[in-house]
Amino acid sequence: MKDLRIQGLKKSPWVFHVAAASCNNCDIEILDLITPRFDVERFGIVLVGSPRHADALLVTGVLNRKSLPRVLRVYEQTPKPCLVIGIGSCTCDIHIFKNSYNVVGPYGKHLPVDVFIPGCPPKPEAMILGIVKALSKL
Amino acid sequence: MKIAFWFLVFPGFLFTAIVGMLLTWVDRKVTARIHWRIGPPWYQPFADFFKLLAKETMIPAGTPKFIFLLAPMLGVIAMTIIAVMLFAMNFMPDKSFVGDLIVLIYLLALPPLGLILGGSASKNPLSAVGASREMTLYFAYELPFLAAILIAVIKTGGQIRIGEMVAFQQLYGPILYSFSGVIAMLISLFAMQAKLGYVPFDIAEAEQEIMAGPLLEYSGVALAMFKLTKAMMFFILPCFLITIFWGGLASRWAIPKLLLLVVLVILLKNTNPRLRIDQALKFFWIGLVPFAIVGIILAFYNL
Repeated sequence: MKDLRIQGLKKSPWVFHVAAASCNNCDIEILDLITPRFDVERFGIVLVGSPRHADALLVTGVLNRKSLPRVLRVYEQTPKPCLVIGIGSCTCDIHIFKNSYNVVGPYGKHLPVDVFIPGCPPKPEAMILGIVKALSKL
Repeated sequence: MKIAFWFLVFPGFLFTAIVGMLLTWVDRKVTARIHWRIGPPWYQPFADFFKLLAKETMIPAGTPKFIFLLAPMLGVIAMTIIAVMLFAMNFMPDKSFVGDLIVLIYLLALPPLGLILGGSASKNPLSAVGASREMTLYFAYELPFLAAILIAVIKTGGQIRIGEMVAFQQLYGPILYSFSGVIAMLISLFAMQAKLGYVPFDIAEAEQEIMAGPLLEYSGVALAMFKLTKAMMFFILPCFLITIFWGGLASRWAIPKLLLLVVLVILLKNTNPRLRIDQALKFFWIGLVPFAIVGIILAFYNL
């Protein structure tokens, strides 16, 4: 039974998209994933509208003082077990925002991120690879 | 023992759930093919269901816990009972009792009731909006749906026993093969679409407007039950229409008829934009009710 459940989680990760003040580039690339060209529904990945339904949070953008509490709140609202997938270079580090007064640092410091997918924005293929890697950890 | 088997395994819970989930897969696959995509593998609905069972069930602070957790069960229980009754009446007409049609109509009202209860209990403004839309939509489609069933009742000479209705159709041919029958079937097709909550009538769960409507705060097992209710409805409602209008399930054409109705629903779903709630109400009350009245008059003249 337990195996069946983990298989279920691997086979149908429902994804909620948290745009934490990103520049929208990664968000548009995420939407590419559900187009006929890439069709992630083949793997059971569905974009859902509520964090309560989600198994994976796709976070984009660099964390700042305003977005951090909201991202944490969305993470708390997500039923566990859930994956956190950081999309874009902004999630990996703080880069050009290094000296910004507003930026509170990389995601790794605040959230248990399972996989970072670098790129500005990352290619859809790279995102699929990253999600597969995050799922194979289960 | 036999009755427990009926309710839990064969026409009841397990059978309906499995067939319903397979039909959900048919829906997703056909939708994907229409979008020129490949679509999910056949076990996708089962994977979704077992995954949701494994997830944490969250109950928002301050909600009435009992009602919040009861609401998802209502639909599953109602669907199980309807499945057993429908199959018993089709294959063992002597089990049918006077007024079972009315019992079925009331049981079909339970899944929307579950959604309304759950949405209102969720303590979320968007859920409340979804629940109120679901309520309006229920009142919108129920009137033409009842009128359509009335056509079948009139055509069979005032029968409200489903066993007798099926026997009548086996003797004199399905109700569908007449003018009033076609009208009744068309109206109940639209009502079925609305009952299932599919586009163009997915107003209650409108993802782009109110995220998931009444389901917004549900997670884990409770959400799995809602999804299961929908899957079971996707199997039971076409069966119900075939029983009432199209000659009953006890024939070898039942499965092609079922698939035809399911594909019709899917095509309707994929070729239409979502209506607003007021447009849906107008469509059902101003558009379909006069149509249904014409059908009733035709049925009185036995056309």
